[in-house]
Amino acid sequence: MELDSINILIGGEAGQGLVTLSQILTRGLVRAGYYIVVTQSYQSRIRGGHNSYAIRVSDREIMAPKEPVDLLIALDQNSVVLHMSELSQHGLVVVDEAISSDQHPQIVYAPFSRIAGAMFSNSVALGTISALLGLNENTIGETLRGFFDKHGAESTKENLVSFSAGYEWMIQQKSEFPKLGPPALSEGRLALNGNEAIALGAIAAGMKFFSFYPMTPATSIATTLADHATEMEFVLEQAEDEIAAINMAVGASFSGAPSMVATSGGGFALMTETVSLAGMTETPVVIVVAQRPGPSTGLPTRTEQGDLEFVLHAGHGEFPRAIFTPGDVEEAFNITGKAFHIAQKFNTPVFILTDQFLADSYRSVKPFDLDTIDPVDPCSVSDVAVNRHITYVLTHTGVSPRTFPGMSGQCVKASSSQDLVIADSDEHTPDGHLTEDLSVRISMVEKRLRKLDGIKSELARPEFLGDSEPDLLLVCWGSTKGSTIEAANRLRKTGRRVATLHFTQIWPIIGEEFVEKLKSAGKTISVESNATGQFARLIRRETGFQIEKAILRYDGLPITPEYILAGLQT
Amino acid sequence: MVSLADYGDYVTAWCPGCGNHAILKAMKHALVSLELAPQQVLFVSGIGQAAKAPHYLNANVFNGLHGRSLPVATGAKLCNTDLKVIVESGDGCVYGEGGNHFLAAIRRNIDLTLIVHNNQVYGLTKGQASPTSEPGFVTKNQPDGVFSLPFNPVEVAIAMNAGFVARGFSGKTEHLSGLIQAAVAHTGFSLVDILQPCVSFNKVNTFGWYNQRCYILSEDYDPTDRQAAFLKASEWGDGIPLGILYKNKRPAYEDHFPFVRRGPAATRALNVPRLAKVLDSYR
Repeated sequence: MELDSINILIGGEAGQGLVTLSQILTRGLVRAGYYIVVTQSYQSRIRGGHNSYAIRVSDREIMAPKEPVDLLIALDQNSVVLHMSELSQHGLVVVDEAISSDQHPQIVYAPFSRIAGAMFSNSVALGTISALLGLNENTIGETLRGFFDKHGAESTKENLVSFSAGYEWMIQQKSEFPKLGPPALSEGRLALNGNEAIALGAIAAGMKFFSFYPMTPATSIATTLADHATEMEFVLEQAEDEIAAINMAVGASFSGAPSMVATSGGGFALMTETVSLAGMTETPVVIVVAQRPGPSTGLPTRTEQGDLEFVLHAGHGEFPRAIFTPGDVEEAFNITGKAFHIAQKFNTPVFILTDQFLADSYRSVKPFDLDTIDPVDPCSVSDVAVNRHITYVLTHTGVSPRTFPGMSGQCVKASSSQDLVIADSDEHTPDGHLTEDLSVRISMVEKRLRKLDGIKSELARPEFLGDSEPDLLLVCWGSTKGSTIEAANRLRKTGRRVATLHFTQIWPIIGEEFVEKLKSAGKTISVESNATGQFARLIRRETGFQIEKAILRYDGLPITPEYILAGLQT
Repeated sequence: MVSLADYGDYVTAWCPGCGNHAILKAMKHALVSLELAPQQVLFVSGIGQAAKAPHYLNANVFNGLHGRSLPVATGAKLCNTDLKVIVESGDGCVYGEGGNHFLAAIRRNIDLTLIVHNNQVYGLTKGQASPTSEPGFVTKNQPDGVFSLPFNPVEVAIAMNAGFVARGFSGKTEHLSGLIQAAVAHTGFSLVDILQPCVSFNKVNTFGWYNQRCYILSEDYDPTDRQAAFLKASEWGDGIPLGILYKNKRPAYEDHFPFVRRGPAATRALNVPRLAKVLDSYR
């Protein structure tokens, strides 16, 4: 029997070492050369409860999670109870014999703790899974060694011995569970999740200041950055609150440092006044909003795309902005670089709108080409000293060349008071001082809004995939990309003409560039992780085109190909 | 040579007789005495009558949101340690709206000077109680008088072991200018809380009221004695002490970032070989 992919689900309580086990397996699979899509589902607690970590693995390219579970590794009895019904026809449950002995043809009882004691039972489990999938013992063993060495653990040897014992035990069982095909990828791929990709993308973009206040699911961006701040020489600061975080980033940017903050809906709500400040003072700042279900505290550890309209309108008054919505991990890295460039070029706030699913979803990522790394250089866009620096000088593009306090053009040390920089949150004259001259007000409003034309000229365009003039066109944005494309691929196999249109940037959008695609389709359906179809509404507002139907999900779980296919039936 | 003329002479929007005029004068004199040229100085302010002060000085200015000047200044300083950063705003902005940032800035001990114009009332919004208004202070919005106890900024700052804590009075301009000089010269966080009359909205704490009570600390006062400083800072009523109440030598926050003193962040290029190493660690 051969499967196009194997969906592994590891379930257990918080605090059982589930994440460590799963991450070693994740890294091992990537190192071995497989494609993966990880879905992490956890509760807002440190101990107990029920968490799960799903790894869909394949020897061919996959980009979406999958619902049926082929291999359930249950670290507690509750995981068996909760996930048994999700088991595929050929699926298998592997559970520690110490936990359960219910007789069931699809359950294998393994001596996880009998072999190594409770302390190292997860390493036995890792060995068992590795053997079951037909993975090379050495590849996974080395990944395990690397993981424990990196974390300075003293127990690497015991873990390795336990791992091997688990591997041997499983080999002897001679299970007929389908093995993975030979890996397709040989190059040294990276195992990255969406948040890590944003963090690394920001470093590669030349970010020099990052501030944050911890909030799930954005926190791992800060954690990733903290690992590299000293080496890569950027300031990382945990602020006293989100308001401070974004004001620090604005101050740092005013000083000349490309800056970023990361938060989720509630924290972003606190930042909104300063989003407006960045718009008014024309200070570039990149703002990552990792969405989780609201309103209010909502479901803190689950996923949703419910903040599109919030981010689109956040901040009082009118000023230009750009909103990027990466669809996968590689896009998260690349679009972060683009976000920094757009922010720096147009001196305005730029958003990266992601969500818990993508934030925590590990993938096998092709190494980034360092020759194409293009960090922003604040000094190159700064004003060439002419006579006197004018902070908000009126230009036909609306963009005023910047210089920074203490410096004159091109970051040369300022030598006279001709080089002063004056920024104001009040309406201001070109030289930055507050004014109530209403004719100046008009020219400043128009100057700021003119920058949107420039932003439009550098859009990340929506990606159309599939049959031209399709019977069915699925429209999506952000992290639902993979599931939507896979659902379309499956439908195409049944003979239907299907296409997808994915938006990596949802503001600004230019209707002329895609509305013909919508009109050429027999039927259009939007796929969104929210309850009201916010993106479809935005398209209608901007283009007049009404998408006929929406497949929406708002239970906190990611949209899967199966969910979309089921939605099409209704 | 830096001269007073370098800092300009502007027409202000303040009331005649407002304490702000004297504070502005004291600030200019302090900067000139310190030989600081306008391009070396960054003023960060919030919103309020006091927060307009940097607009009347020829220097770098970031005039941000109400209450948020300290975090803006923190970010700016960390990305260019060559700048002399001065945060200037009022009691409502710093102690009210920005209270959490006040506490955090003291904890960090970032090298900047916080100048607070403290007139115990809101001027810009026309006369509401401020965090430093005294109980019983009657306003249009507090017709039965203020119920809450006032915030004593110098007491709190000393309790939190702030690096430099001083109190001045706009009516003693020369003394005030000296305090500002010492605060700006101090390495680490420095606070100068400045008592000033509001001629339009505070009819209780008038120039005369302050002038009668404020006295300058004697020369033998030891500002490194924290216990004594704490007692001094709590003095309020018949006598209000002016001067450097407390100082210590905590390391400045910037010292924790080994690279920030190697020039402004804008001029530090991305180290691509190191980035390659970082990316490699995710294999």
